[in-house]
Parts: sequence; structure tokens; C-alpha cells
Amino acid sequence: MASRSPPALGGPLLAPRLSPAVPTWHPTRAEAAPMEFSELIKTATVENVLLSRPGLPAVRGTLCITSHHLLLSSSPRGDLELWLLIRNVDAVEKRVHNLGWYQPPRTAGSLRDTRVSGSSGTITLRCKDLKVLQLEIPGMEECLNIASSIEALSSVDSVMMMYPFFYRPPGLRLQQGWHQSPLERHFQQVASQTSQWRLSTVNRDFSACPSYPPAVMVPAAVGDDVVAKAAAFRQGGRFPVLSYFHPKNGTALLRSSQPLTGPNRRRCREDEKLLGTILDEGERGFIIDTRSAQAAKQARMSGGGTEPKSSYPQWRRLHRALDRGRPLQESFIRLVEACAEQGMDRWLGRLESSRWLSHVKAALSTACLAAQCLDREGCKVLVHGAEGTDTTLLVTALAQLILDPSCRSLEGFQGLLEREWIQAGHPFQLRCARSASSHGRGKQEAPLFLLFLDCVWQLSRQFPFSLEFGEQLLLTLFDNAYASSYGTFLCNNEKERSLCKVKESTHSLWAWLNQPEERQKYLNPLYSHNPLVIWPSVEPQSIQLWQGLFLRWIRPSQHLDEAWAEIRRLVEGNNSSSKESTGKRLSQSFPDPTAGTQNGR
Amino acid sequence: FHAVFLLQVENVKLLDRYTNRKAVSGTLYLTATHLIYVEASAEVRKETWILHHHISSVEKLPLTTAGYPLLIHCKNFHVAHFVIGQERDCQDVFTSLLKLSQPVKPEELYAFSYNPKMSKENREMGWKLIDLRLDYQRMGIPNDSWEITDINKDYEVCSTYPPEIVVPRAATKAVVMGSSRFRSRGRIPVLSYLYKENNAALCRCSQPLAGFSARCLEDEQMLQAIREANPGCPFMYVVDTRPKLNAMANRAAGKGYENEDNYENIRFKFIGIENIHVMRSSLQKLLEVCEMKSPSMSDFLTGLENSGWLRHIKAVMDAGVFLAKAVREERASVLVHCSDGWDRTAQVCSLASLLLDPFYRTFKGFMVLIEKEWIAMGHKFSHRCGHLDGDPKEVSPVFTQFVECVWQLMQQFPCSFEFSERFLLEIHDHVYSCQFGNFLGTCHKEREELRIFEKTHSLWPFLLQRKQELRNPLYRGFTAYKELQPNTLPFSFQFWCGMYNRFDKGMHPKQCVLDQLLSCISQKVTLEDSASQLENKLPILDGPLPSKGCTSPEAGAAAAKAPTPPQDCAGGAAPVLSNGPSLGQQKHKESPAQPQDLGASREDGQAQHQ
Repeated sequence: MASRSPPALGGPLLAPRLSPAVPTWHPTRAEAAPMEFSELIKTATVENVLLSRPGLPAVRGTLCITSHHLLLSSSPRGDLELWLLIRNVDAVEKRVHNLGWYQPPRTAGSLRDTRVSGSSGTITLRCKDLKVLQLEIPGMEECLNIASSIEALSSVDSVMMMYPFFYRPPGLRLQQGWHQSPLERHFQQVASQTSQWRLSTVNRDFSACPSYPPAVMVPAAVGDDVVAKAAAFRQGGRFPVLSYFHPKNGTALLRSSQPLTGPNRRRCREDEKLLGTILDEGERGFIIDTRSAQAAKQARMSGGGTEPKSSYPQWRRLHRALDRGRPLQESFIRLVEACAEQGMDRWLGRLESSRWLSHVKAALSTACLAAQCLDREGCKVLVHGAEGTDTTLLVTALAQLILDPSCRSLEGFQGLLEREWIQAGHPFQLRCARSASSHGRGKQEAPLFLLFLDCVWQLSRQFPFSLEFGEQLLLTLFDNAYASSYGTFLCNNEKERSLCKVKESTHSLWAWLNQPEERQKYLNPLYSHNPLVIWPSVEPQSIQLWQGLFLRWIRPSQHLDEAWAEIRRLVEGNNSSSKESTGKRLSQSFPDPTAGTQNGR
Repeated sequence: FHAVFLLQVENVKLLDRYTNRKAVSGTLYLTATHLIYVEASAEVRKETWILHHHISSVEKLPLTTAGYPLLIHCKNFHVAHFVIGQERDCQDVFTSLLKLSQPVKPEELYAFSYNPKMSKENREMGWKLIDLRLDYQRMGIPNDSWEITDINKDYEVCSTYPPEIVVPRAATKAVVMGSSRFRSRGRIPVLSYLYKENNAALCRCSQPLAGFSARCLEDEQMLQAIREANPGCPFMYVVDTRPKLNAMANRAAGKGYENEDNYENIRFKFIGIENIHVMRSSLQKLLEVCEMKSPSMSDFLTGLENSGWLRHIKAVMDAGVFLAKAVREERASVLVHCSDGWDRTAQVCSLASLLLDPFYRTFKGFMVLIEKEWIAMGHKFSHRCGHLDGDPKEVSPVFTQFVECVWQLMQQFPCSFEFSERFLLEIHDHVYSCQFGNFLGTCHKEREELRIFEKTHSLWPFLLQRKQELRNPLYRGFTAYKELQPNTLPFSFQFWCGMYNRFDKGMHPKQCVLDQLLSCISQKVTLEDSASQLENKLPILDGPLPSKGCTSPEAGAAAAKAPTPPQDCAGGAAPVLSNGPSLGQQKHKESPAQPQDLGASREDGQAQHQ
């Protein structure tokens, strides 16, 4: 059983088995489970397991645990298969029944002395994609074994033991999708419009900044020696780099981490020079600090701080406090809890106290502020918070989406994610290690990327024709950021990726998504290129809960899917009827409303 | 303008609630029916029209540096903030508006002067467009168990019921008359909807005059007759839509609810929908939230929660779902009442019918539903909407709540309604506009006395004319969905920005899916028309073709017969994405995030889709 290959996107899917002529499985490296895994698997197969999920009929079948997957194959007919990437499991809850005096061991340690047989147990799997699965397993020992196996397998730390290193999807070559270097392409684009910026390789061996990619864009007027010294003055070496060049008026969006001003108000001539050369005489720039003025001031005590007016006279600082870290993670957890609690009385109160939508509003507002400084004021903007890897990227990426039409195509958006999140060193591995069921477990988890996706969704709702991609892409990105068969979101930065040989040994999510038939699923049927800036409204009335994500497994979506199928049919029917003759319109096959969503649900 | 102005005031500013943009000056005119504001310096002439009947309040605010502010709240949730240069002018406008917006006599209502230049015959035809008899016929009535009777032709049974009502055949005149004496205001149990598939009936009435112990044999026989008209089910539900406490309090006043011991095989149930006063104050709180100046997310959500509005909408929806379920799944007949049976009862009966029967989700069906359950059965539109100067405690957004329930259903079932959100907003506007006769008065008898059928126009033909712009492009036709079973968990109820912040355009999606899809459909129709014309011409131009030739004229003719798209591709914008208003009278509010400290002026920037 372990030799079967799971469905491509790793998410669970219930799919009718294909005809016998087309084998659904391929030998993979997982076939021979490495020793490390086989030790973790205490029970590999259990018969007669009942799987239940909210809103769907229960399935009974055989449960298998492989190195990376949990597989349930319905019995006796075996016509349904459920694959779950074990990495997707966020929390395992177990309950054993009919025991009376027996207290189950809290840890997986002493399972051998299980003295009761003939009883059963229930395992609740809370997945990172917010799905909840329940498995009823006959036999308490089996139940506890399965639970501890899943717990152990889902928390394997070593990156290179993760599934992307074993996954070999048919029809894709390993290097596919990785060779695109969005940064170089972006630079060529910028270089065709201005000579003020150059591509620097000061970080080619990751010595200047371990979380930056080898090549970054810096002002053409400063040499690499200056850049290297400026790097030493910024937290984590994240010196100011070009994030976006606004061709309309030649302004630029930069990002960095906080300067290491410290309690003694240290200065760094090179950093001042780097920022100084960007502005002409008399020109003003804005620094958007994503911390409150107070928090920024306090950061001085621990060696950080802000750019003082006296040393950076042409720069004006604006503070816009954006939550990250623990508060944001807590917000996510509270929201997911509120969504799961059915029929509760004060839904809006719970929604409010989760504060999630406040975070969405704040992120959009700050991105609008940055975009406005660039587009309306014609000023250059530097964005940073503390480390410059979280809210900083949230703001710069959103601002580009608002300003730059080329980021709103499917390819452009992938490029944006690659540049502003992945290569820019958002620590995905730390931030997405656990999802909403991770009560107080880690200190590093925070759903910054989810917040970004939510903001993009809000943009797509307010400008339904302006993004080439639809909600399905955002959902897929969320799923893959937290648990994936692909290497794209592995590790915390390019340096780690290169050490782990991610690009050599795993497949790229983009390569998968960009296959013609796959790509189709993510397109927005209403898209039409909009060359303008898209200013969203940030009034509370304009911001909605992203039900498609937070209630994905809770609310029925059949009727909404039908509506999208209908929209697609109308729009496409319209496009084709202008080319074809009228008689063919009705013969166009009606899209199966469930076809596009089966993978996801 | 050709109209006669009662008043013309120069140097008036219309403030935008949300932006600090400098307001430009303009001229304010008052006609007999409208307030019209024309912006002076706009390149494109910008007009704001407000119907006097839509005005719910006019307030003078304290003097500002800009002048004398006048704040106007409308019943369709338009809020207009004018600043007038001269105190005298402000006072004139204020007193004129007070008078114009609160007509005292029914004859002063717009409907009696509205003249769309339509022939007498067409006007009369318009009133015949909706024939309730046809709807009963559709349900198979009259049949063995139910009959349409004119027993109320002289309003002897009930003054607020129409002359014709549907009652069980088994109920004799004595039973009907007896029951009417035992029901508040004589509102006896009558049929609202018959579910043909299983003969379960939805019936409505007012509360019984039961007090603590009173009984009425005829009333008991009436309920028995209703129950026995549905032989498939041994019991029937009696649903009191009030909270139990309210119903109990009524007993002290000699009213109350049915005693299960006195009626054979009834299952009695309370569904706690609050009364008109609670609803009025809830809406008031909701509107305060909608009008907050730059609220935080927390302010808004907390305010929305504390208004209780969505909770009340959910209560109405839950009741409708319960009725539909009882009829469909338990095959049981249901008798519904509240106090007088014209507010909550109208809401839940019409909602249950809408859930059960796809006909009511078409243009025509929805009109029938409103005529039947609201207008004919005596929902007191005149009082609830405050058409005339009267008791403010009688005003309540009962019909608005029904309209919102329908909108909430559209969110969950985007392909199941023939019409779009815009149709709902149009109807809602005209319930308050008094431009058409349909919603005047409180009941059929009063409308006859007002002679509205002779003196005014019916709204429905005017709306049907505009079907193309009011339709739902995603509608999948009459047969695609039968019963609707909505989700009524709290998160399923969304704030309806398109209604309560409808005139704040800046809050709405900047690109309108509904318009886009409607234009897709109309393009398709045009293309098909021209294609079929071309096909018709083909054989003529080419001369008869040897073998295939004879088929193409036929194909062309067939295509020409169907110039409109077939039912299955008509439909409604995913109202999730839609962005409602299409009325000409709108003001624009753009509220993008902008840093105050930059003092940037933002005039453009609303990306327009081409």
C-alpha cells in the first residue's frame, strides 16, 4: 500500500479510483520507507476504520500509515481513497471508549501495557488546512498506536526528511519551475526603465545577509563595500533593497530591517549614504515603520531602533502598528475556534474579539498608505518593522499588487510571491510549522502569509475583474505553505534552501500549477487586464470574513460553486459565441460544478 | 427643469460623510415631489434627487464655519448632509421639507398625482397583471378540500382581509363566522399556501381571544377542518411566532394562544420573533453603526452585534425554515399567527412559500407573493412605513426584514432567483415612495375607499418593463432548484452593505459583476440576432444550394424564433460579488485608506473597468 502515489496536491481527496488500465500509483522513493520512519510507525494498517468529516457521509475502510501519508481505502469495494499528507496534521486528539477504570497514557511511551482489548478509540485530526477528520478505530491499542505514529510523523523536524524530497509526480521534471529567477527578470524590467538601480551580488555567499537571496537590487550609486557596511548596521543584515520601481513616476519602494541604533544612538555613515543617495537634493522620502512609535523606541533598548531625523534628514517617519508574532497567531486561533463553534450565540462578538478582520484592515490600510506615498506623493518609500521579514513583506507585497497591474496576472503573482515572500526570506518553516490548533506550542508561528492571502482575497472581492487568478489559487497557496508535496515553501530563506538542495531535490509548486490543464483551475473567468491602480476601500463595511477559507470545511459550498460554474459558462459562452456560430452555443458541455473543487474538498 | 419650483436656494453644499474633500457649491430646488440638488461646478452635471416621501427626518445641526447644516435621513437609507449659506434659506428649506415630507391626507401622496402618460386601458391592465386566483389555481384550488369564498365581500368576517379568502370546504359559514368572533380583529385561519405534493397547507390567522380559559367551538372546528384537509398527517402544527412571554402577557388582555387540550391533535409551538418595537429600535441602532465616521473594525462589529439586527433576521429565517420543513418533511399542515397576524405572520408565511416553491423566486411569482401575503392580507404598509404623519410607534421595518431575508437567501443560492438584488431594492424604494398605489393604505378595504385602483398606477408593470436590468444573469431556471434549505448558522447572515450603505458607493466593490454578466447576456442576444439574420440572408445571396441548401433556411428560422436566451442560461449575479444600486439618485463616497497627515487630495484613482 505504501507504494502508491498520492494525489498531486497532497491534500486529502476522495476520488473514485480510475479505470484499472490507468494505474493510480507509481513507485516512489517512499516505497522503501527509511529506517527513521519505520521506527515511528507502530501500526501500519488497521481494518474497519470509520472516517467522518463534517458535512460529508462517513466512510468505512482500511487505514494505512505510510512514511508521509495516511491512507484510507474504503472497503469492501475500495472505490474511495482518502489521502492525507501527515505533515498536514496540526494536532491529534485521542479518546478511548468503554474503559471505565482505565486511564490512557498521556504520552505514547507505555503503549505496550494496554490491558484492555475489544474496545475502540476515536482520533480527531485537526489539519493545518483547518479541516477536521475523525477516525473511529476498533481496538484501543491500534488507536493509540496510530495516534502516536501520526504525532511522531507529523512533527519530524528535518527538512530533508519531508515529503517533497520523496515526491516525484509524473509528467514533471525536477528542475522545472526552479530555473525561473524572478529577481533577475524583475531587475531586467527595472533596468529597462531606469539606471538608478543595479543588481548587486554582495550577498552571493550569504555573508552580508543570511536571509537575503544572493542577488539584490541596490542604488547604482553605491558600491558593494558601502552596502556590506550598511548590512552590518541592520538587524540580520537586512540592508535597504529595492522592492518595487514605480515606472509611472520613477519612485521606488524599498524594504529593510530596523537599524541597530541601540541605546547609544549609534550611526552608520554607509547606511545613511545608501539611503541618502536615493533622494535628490530637497527630495523627501517616507519611512513606514510597521511598529508603533512607542514600540520602535523601546526596540532601542535591545539594540534596534529607528532612523533618527538628525541622521536621515530627508526621510520622514510614519508609524503604522501591525501585529505579528504571537498576537497574530492567537487571533488566527480564536477566529478558527469561533468558526468551529456551531450555532453559537454571539458570533459577531466572537468574530470581533478574534480581531482577525482588524488585522486585515490594518494591513490593507498600511499598504494603501505606502502605495499612496509612491503614486500620489511621488515619494520614495522605505518599509521596515523589526526583523523586516514579516509585516514588512506583507506591506511591500500588497502595495505592489495595488499599484502594479503586472503582479495581478497568474505569472506575475507567482513572481511577486517568489520575490517578496520566498526569496525575501519570510521564514515559512518557522511561521507555518503549526496552524490554528497549536495552543501555546511554538513561539515562532504566525500566519503572516495567510493574512496576506486574505488581503489579496479582499482585493479580489472589491475588484472582481482585476486579478487573473481566483480564490482557488489562494486556497492552494495557503494549503501548500503549511504542508506540501512541493519544495517551494520549504525552509526559511534561500541560504537554507541551497544548503538543503531544495531546488535540486524537490519539485516546484509553480511547475505543477502552470501545467495547462492545472492552470485552468486557478483562473478568474472575469479577468480583464486593468492598467490602473486598484485602491481598495478599507471601511469595515467593505471588509468581509473570507468564508471560502475559514469556513471551507464547515459551510456547504455547492451553490456557490454552481454560481462560479455559471459565471464561467456565461463569460466563456460569450467569448466563444463571438467566434463560433450560434448553433453551437447550447452544445457546449455544462461544466460539472464539482469537478473543479473535488481536489480541494 | 420643467417642474415648478417651490423653492430655489443657491450656494448650498452637499457634504460627503466620509472624505474631507472640499465640497463644491450648488443649487437646491424643491419641487412638489422632490428635493433636487445640482452641483454647480461639476463638468458633468451631477444631480442628487430625493423624493419627499423618502425623507424620514430633517435635522438642523449647529452652525459651522461653512454655514447652516441640514441633515436629511431617508427611508431608503440615503443620508444627505447639506450646508446652506444663509440662515433664512436654511429655515425655509427646513420648514418646507417638514411639511412636504409628512403628508397628512392620503390624497397628498405622490401616487395620486403621478402621471406617467399611460392610457386608461393600460393602467387598468396594470392592476390586473397580478391575479391571485391564478396562483390558487396553480396550487390546485379549488379542490375537494379547499375553496375560494367571497364570504368576506362586505368585510363582515374581517375588515382587514380581502373579499375573497381560501378556507377549508368543510368549514361552514357558521364555523367561519364563529371563528372570526374568537380571533383578534376577526382574522380567521385562511390558507396561505398549499403544498400540492402532499396536501400540507400553510395557513395564517391572528391570536385567539382565549384569555385564561375561553373556548370557541367553531374555532376548534375550523382548525379540525384544516387538519382534516390534509389526511396524510394525523396532526397539525400551530405556531405562535411571538416569544412565549409576550404571548402569555396577552392572555391577561383576553387574547393569547391556543390551549393544546382544547384543540384536537395540534402541536403547539412558540418561535420567538420580537415585536415591531424591538425591530424598530434594532434598525435604529444598525443605522447608527452604518453612519459612524471612520469606525474601527471593532466598533463596527461590536455595533452590528449589539444592534441585534442580524439576530432578528436569523429568527425570521429560522421560523420560515421551520414552516417549510414541517410542510415538506413532516407533511404537516401549519397554522401560523402572531398577535394580529399581519407582521411576523406575513414575514414567515411568505418566506416559507419562497423556500418551498420556485415560482415565487421568479419576477412574476415574487410579485404575486407580495400581493398575496402582504398587500391582500392587510400588512399595514401605511403605518409601518410612516406614509402619513402619524404615530411613530407604528413604524417598523417589518417588510425590510423580509426583503433582507430574501437577499440572504440570494447569497446562499446565487442561481435560484430570476431577479437580482436590484429588484429587491426597487421594490423596497417603492414601498416607501408612495409613487404607486400598491402599498398605500393598510388593507384592501381602505384601498378601495381610497379608490387607488381608479386613481393610481400599479408598480408591477413598470418593474416588468425593466426586467432586463433587474434580472439575475446566473438564474438557472425554474426547475434547477426546488426547495431551498438554507444554512441558518449565525455566520450565514451577512451585513447587507448594498441596502444600509447603499448610497455610500465607495464601500462597494469597484467593479460590478452583475453589470458585466448582464452585458455578457445582452451581447450574446445581439450576436445571436445578427447571426440568425445573416443565416437567413445566406441562401438568398448565394442562391439555392444543391443539397445542403435546404437545411440552412430552417436552421436560421429556428434561431430567429428564439431571440431571448433560453431559461437555463438566465440567472443572477453571485450576489456575493454584486454591487447593487442602479438608481440615478446616488451620492458618491470614496473612502480609501488615506493618511491624513499627507493631506493628499484624491479625486480619481477608482480603477474603472472597461
